[in-house]
Amino acid sequence: MSALYTALPPYARALDMTVVDEINGAPVIGMPFADRVQGRPGLLHGGAISGMLEIAAIAAIHQALRAKGSDSNIKQVNVTVDFMRGGLNQMTFAVGEVTRLGRTMANVEARAWQEDRDKPIAMGYMHYLIKAKREG
Amino acid sequence: MTTGTTDIGTLAPNGGGFDPALVNKLMGKFGHGGFLNMEYVGHGDDWVELAIDWREDLVADPETGILASAVIISLMDNATSMSIWTKLNEFRPQATMDLRIDYLRPSPSGQRVYGRGICYHLTNSIGFVRGYAHNGNPDQPLAHASGTFIRTGGQAA
Repeated sequence: MSALYTALPPYARALDMTVVDEINGAPVIGMPFADRVQGRPGLLHGGAISGMLEIAAIAAIHQALRAKGSDSNIKQVNVTVDFMRGGLNQMTFAVGEVTRLGRTMANVEARAWQEDRDKPIAMGYMHYLIKAKREG
Repeated sequence: MTTGTTDIGTLAPNGGGFDPALVNKLMGKFGHGGFLNMEYVGHGDDWVELAIDWREDLVADPETGILASAVIISLMDNATSMSIWTKLNEFRPQATMDLRIDYLRPSPSGQRVYGRGICYHLTNSIGFVRGYAHNGNPDQPLAHASGTFIRTGGQAA
């Protein structure tokens, strides 16, 4: 069992995201509501929700690579975000699931929710290229 | 979901036309748009262009200085959302249904990123949008976007 990935990038720290838990070995990201993540008054901005999905996906894939003993880099190819519910003025959580980790690419799904994990406010579907460090 | 209802509704009342530069003073200067400091660049009949300056705290990878992908999503969300109101020439409440971004290349460290949102089709309930992000030369895009917005109120009976 490898150590939980908790070193979040500057963008995540600027929005006050932290690793608050883990689900199936993947870090759960938490983010409090604040003006800097607000879109329409009282609701989260879609871009801030997408940011949580992105950070959760990156954390999940780093965790999965680490579990394999790999130090490869990742490069995002694309993302599709479905927005399902408005994000209210409360704590939001997000977790990523690596649905396939191959040698050259990974598929990741990420889910963001507030009170009930079975009622996601948004889902993200991402593709990443896996690049071995020596190959640049 | 990014966009205002009552707030923007007051700035752009029905029949009063829609001014993206004016509305961006709200969407780009408060809340998440304010955190990213989104600036109005220009608009046409069916498009709006906004921009965000590179900043250290918007970076996803400190080694390379590459911007977080979600910064591009926020930019394209606001630009495409505003392109719908621009095409309509009025505000109507809506929510982002989905948004897809293809990253053709990273946005280099230190460079301003521009996002052009285009509304290519409108129905009574859906706005179909696409767009692209670039670093100053639209012929060298760094990302392509496509998505849909759903009207959330003010529906004709």
